[in-house]
Amino acid sequence: MPEMNMLKAINQALDTAMAEDDRVICFGEDVGVFGGVFRATSNLQEKYGRARCFNTPLVEQGIIGFANGLAAQGSRPVAEIQFADYIFPAFDQIVNETAKFRYRSGNLFNVGGLTIRTPYGGGISGGLYHSQSPEAYFAHTPGLKIVVPRNPHQAKGLLLAAIRDADPVLFFEPKRLYRASVGEVPEEDYQLPLGKAEILKEGDDITLLAWGAQMEMVDKAAELAEKEGISCEIIDLRTIVPWDVETVAESVLKTGRLLVTHEAPLTGGFAGEIAATIQSRCFLYLESPIARVTGLDTPFPLTLEKEYMPDHLKVFEAIKQSIDY
Amino acid sequence: MSTTNKATIVHTPSFMNGDEFRVPVFKLLKQDGTAYKNAKLPDLDRDKALRIYRAMLFTRVLDERMLAAQRQGRLSFYMQCTGEEASIVGSTAALADEDMIMAQYREQGALAYRGFGVDEFMNQLFGNDRDYGKGRQMPVHYGSKKLYYMTISSPLATQIPQATGYAYGQKMAGQGHCTITIFGEGAASEGDFHAALNMASVHQVPVIFLCRNNGYAISTPAHEQFSADGIAPRAFGYHMKVIRVDGNDILAVYQATAKAREWAVENNKPVLIEAMTYRLAAHSSSDDPSGYRSKKEEENWRDKDPVRRMRLWLESKGWWSEDDEKQEQETCRREVLEALKRAEKRPPPDLDTLITDVYETPTPQLVEQLEQLKSHIRKYPEAYPKGAKSLNAAKEGDENA
Repeated sequence: MPEMNMLKAINQALDTAMAEDDRVICFGEDVGVFGGVFRATSNLQEKYGRARCFNTPLVEQGIIGFANGLAAQGSRPVAEIQFADYIFPAFDQIVNETAKFRYRSGNLFNVGGLTIRTPYGGGISGGLYHSQSPEAYFAHTPGLKIVVPRNPHQAKGLLLAAIRDADPVLFFEPKRLYRASVGEVPEEDYQLPLGKAEILKEGDDITLLAWGAQMEMVDKAAELAEKEGISCEIIDLRTIVPWDVETVAESVLKTGRLLVTHEAPLTGGFAGEIAATIQSRCFLYLESPIARVTGLDTPFPLTLEKEYMPDHLKVFEAIKQSIDY
Repeated sequence: MSTTNKATIVHTPSFMNGDEFRVPVFKLLKQDGTAYKNAKLPDLDRDKALRIYRAMLFTRVLDERMLAAQRQGRLSFYMQCTGEEASIVGSTAALADEDMIMAQYREQGALAYRGFGVDEFMNQLFGNDRDYGKGRQMPVHYGSKKLYYMTISSPLATQIPQATGYAYGQKMAGQGHCTITIFGEGAASEGDFHAALNMASVHQVPVIFLCRNNGYAISTPAHEQFSADGIAPRAFGYHMKVIRVDGNDILAVYQATAKAREWAVENNKPVLIEAMTYRLAAHSSSDDPSGYRSKKEEENWRDKDPVRRMRLWLESKGWWSEDDEKQEQETCRREVLEALKRAEKRPPPDLDTLITDVYETPTPQLVEQLEQLKSHIRKYPEAYPKGAKSLNAAKEGDENA
């Protein structure tokens, strides 16, 4: 099986989808001949022509408005927003239009063919406006699915599933891992299920839950914890909406402890939603309060980025506190 | 095209403000229904002319009756097309029936022209079990897949870039269809309008942008909405063809749209039409225009009534008479009132429609939330009469099965 980085895997997923279905159309800022600022759409214009892979003017609300109309017409647009930090001009189109298209028309019309790809997250010295993790804003809007891959294999399988899914999907790509994460990826077409978490490692003492780039921190923290004799169960949520309550709850019923970690700020972060649901499902089985290890309630900093980030040491400390509670 | 190409070079500072681009108004019919001298009227046969007129008249009657029903407390809310019927029906009539219409909310005349039935209107207005939208949206948020009329969404201007995208898909499909999107001059201030026109021009799509410049955005007059010569000159900034038309002149609107459509489809290019008209009605049933405009102004525009202008033209052709008018009005009124009575008696949508269509298949979370809600309603049925009715109907259905 060939090894590749996450960008190559994403590129391969787009290539596979475009080859299979003429209705798949990729566009966004610098997506055309340049192949995107991160090169996720490299060579697609050359291969499929300017009509199916192209640059748009620099207008996020226009890109998503256009994508909504194109999806309603029956195409399968894959729209790129260059950085998740710049998705907000399109907030109205996503929240009031994409998310409500099927519901408000009584299923006469839908934009289920739409996938919005956007790089998110810190760790690249990007400061306030090239580092944010805005998943929680969108998780608060019924009608959207939200997916975050952790490595190249996941990225290809989940992106193919997102493009073919009957509902609109926001696909957040951990840009810190675009080139840093390398792994085996099958050449052939495959899909990974949406709405399904993955248990990466079984354990007995505590459940560690995260998604995307944060999985790396969880793995490292678990290694440190194991050395101290703490057995960790590690789960990648993969899909934030609709999230896999069953898998997480079942794990917590076994371990009695849960730690959730994300880069986004604490207040209103998706960890809060998970904690509330799991405490109601597993109340009598909990050995300690559900722990949240997150970014601070500040804008994303630059020079002090390392201090801000919920890294493996912060996760490790929170594991110990949970065990010693 | 780059702006620096072939630019004329000057050596003294020279500013322009666009005054050299005054856009004329295209008119064919005078208010008395006769043609202007030198005006070449479009080739409109009797059947088509009557189809247009009947749709305009039906819309006028529907609006009168439904506003009255709202005042009687039978309907929660209503919005009228009154005064703008020629802009809406005239443009729709110039399209192919398979062209997509993406409207704002005041364009029921388009649906009437395409054959949306009186019961279909009424079921939406009452949000009953036969409403295509399953009782989810406020009155006048119609949609029809079979008539290529995109379901209305309240946020202003969101449909405009969507029309650009929809038309891009039509271009890719290559079947010679286009999209028209209709919006007010107020909505044209939204960013979505500018995004849509720019992208349509850059990506070369067959879309017609029809701005109904009706003078007001709720209470805000057009002159407080923009300082330029209306909406039309904005097309120049996007290198787009544009025409300004008397929006109360059915033949001018029809001909302008027919030509716009021909150009758009043959060249895969967008066109902007600015229809100069007037919102004779209030913004909605919740609005009272006496607080922001004069009776005199309204009277002045009532004299330019587009429905009467078309009727006078039809009479001059010998295609319509006083008797026809009386009979048609009576028929429309009767049909509307009968349909209203039928629609308001129908049951509400099934309780399960609360969670369907959020996603193609309800998520486990939604299924759980619905179950919790059902047990709560069973405990307090009198507090939730519609939900309780739906649960009882489902129960009876089960027992009968």
